Amino acid sequence: MKMIGMGQKTQLTLITGRTIDQGVGKELGKSSQEYYDTAAVCFLDPVDMTKIGIKNGATVQVTSKFGSVTVKAKHFQRGCHVGLAFIPCGLWANAVCGDDTYSMGMPLFKGFPVEVEAAAGKPILTLDELLKEEYGKEVP
Amino acid sequence: MTVVKSAVCPICGCLCDDLELTVKDNKIVKMKNGCAVCEAKMVHGYKEDRILKPMIRKDGKLVEVSMDEAVKKAAQILTNAKYPLLFGWECCTSEVQSIGVEMAEELGAALDNVCSICHGPSMMAMQEAGVPTATLGQIRHRADLIIYWGSNPWASHPRHVERYTAFPEGRFEESGWKSYLQKMQAEASKKKMNALVRRKDLDVDTAPPKTCKVVDAPPQILQKEGRKLIVIDPIKTMTAEAADYFIQVEPNRDYELMEAIRCLVNDQELDVETVAGVPVEYLREVVELMVGCNFGAIYYGLGLTASAGRFRNIELAIKLVADLNRKTKFVITPMRGHFNITGANVAFAWATGYPFAIDFSQGYPQFNPGEFTTIDLLKNGDNDATLVIGSDPGAHFPKPSMKKMTQHPLIVINPDMNCTSKLSDVLFPTQWCGLESEGTAYRMDGVPIRLRKAVEPPPGVPSDEEILRLILAEVRAIKAGTTTLPIKKRG
Repeated sequence: MKMIGMGQKTQLTLITGRTIDQGVGKELGKSSQEYYDTAAVCFLDPVDMTKIGIKNGATVQVTSKFGSVTVKAKHFQRGCHVGLAFIPCGLWANAVCGDDTYSMGMPLFKGFPVEVEAAAGKPILTLDELLKEEYGKEVP
Repeated sequence: MTVVKSAVCPICGCLCDDLELTVKDNKIVKMKNGCAVCEAKMVHGYKEDRILKPMIRKDGKLVEVSMDEAVKKAAQILTNAKYPLLFGWECCTSEVQSIGVEMAEELGAALDNVCSICHGPSMMAMQEAGVPTATLGQIRHRADLIIYWGSNPWASHPRHVERYTAFPEGRFEESGWKSYLQKMQAEASKKKMNALVRRKDLDVDTAPPKTCKVVDAPPQILQKEGRKLIVIDPIKTMTAEAADYFIQVEPNRDYELMEAIRCLVNDQELDVETVAGVPVEYLREVVELMVGCNFGAIYYGLGLTASAGRFRNIELAIKLVADLNRKTKFVITPMRGHFNITGANVAFAWATGYPFAIDFSQGYPQFNPGEFTTIDLLKNGDNDATLVIGSDPGAHFPKPSMKKMTQHPLIVINPDMNCTSKLSDVLFPTQWCGLESEGTAYRMDGVPIRLRKAVEPPPGVPSDEEILRLILAEVRAIKAGTTTLPIKKRG
């Protein structure tokens, strides 16, 4: 069996964006299981996963200077993306995005530093749990 | 059972107008011609999580109330606020968007649309540098070189490539579909081989995987006749895999890469070997292709507008297109996300002169991105109430911004229980426009298309136009002192 390296916090550049699965999930409903399964994930390169000490499907904690979120780690489906992390647009990505706009209105959605570390055993919050935790409002 | 032909898809900026919807017992049961995202909404999603009654947050919980009570509460919040913000509009018809301008003027409010977190930088760049563009139809029939920069239409606009750019059979250009299929077959075999090797590795290799090669040399296929597709992106997306050539730019370095391409287009020499991770010798071949094509089109997405440089990236892209137009024909078009975000820009600009980030606090419209854009208004704590219509900032705003929005009264007009609806203080149910009501929407290239109605809305659920008219009438009544409610006077 392949040995998994010692887990360590790894600094990566985060990009958020669309995936087709997240698109389908959001149209099925923000409360749908499909949306949760496709938006509460973070795509990583296998090289970085080894560095972090995790396998495909493990739980990771992504932290930026704006916040932190727990999501499921997945391999990028194709290509080489060492040093990059990708979270599909959605509530989980928002938890680490920032409101710096450089006076242009556009917040920090792409290309900012995050730290990714293994978070085995930590729950990946559902949409309602995350909304409640972040905004402190009772959600229907 | 009825079939609605030539229905328009109210999801992304492509506004595909060739859908066939089969309706049975007032429900869409089948959809033809649409993409996966379209099917998810049109056949399943639109029925789920509907809001059927207006709601108001009482003692921390959303409870159902009458329409009158909700309208009065919303009007009260908006008139009592010193500086309300009216935000969203991307999933509304242009008829509704124009009422938004009327309401913002009446309230002295800030008026912004979701463009400020997607293609706002494009609007700013177009004001600086103009925009040489074309309709999607022109590109479908004439373009022989398509470049997607910082955009993944396979995910965000699933039928864009198939319907308008590389794959359709144009009047003057042949479809690139066959060469794509051959490429995919070759890729599939390669993947199988790699998987076998990897599986073998798993048993014996304990070392971390080696780093991989990022940018390949331009393939021979770029020399072929006919349509060619190039993708420039930091991530190898499905669109990138389908492309004839993929350039993997380093994140936040698009500006550099574009400036280098511009230098090469203008016959200047570069004394470096790589730019933004891409060898200059590869760039030379790409530039040769750009200059040598008959009709080139650049489509760009948030990869340019949201990366470092923001609107300067777009300004440079427009300048690149202007340079290319000295040598051949080239156009540029933003990949607009929501189905009527272009309409929001158009409707706002008709009435105020500005496409987004508008302020009416002085009684006349002012435009200042960075000040009146929603994220900045929230960051600076300028507004003290928000009305969100046809949008879901709860799912798409950074947490710090949304936190600020929820600290003040939040009025939401939306058909379903999305993240913003869940966080609202006053919530109005409404119809899905393009499914349950008609109206005008603007496609990403600025072509207006009439949305069609396919099914009846749930009983008692009004259109967003009716709700806005009711709130506006009540706001005017409160200001004229004719309301029946005991409220505090403004100011």
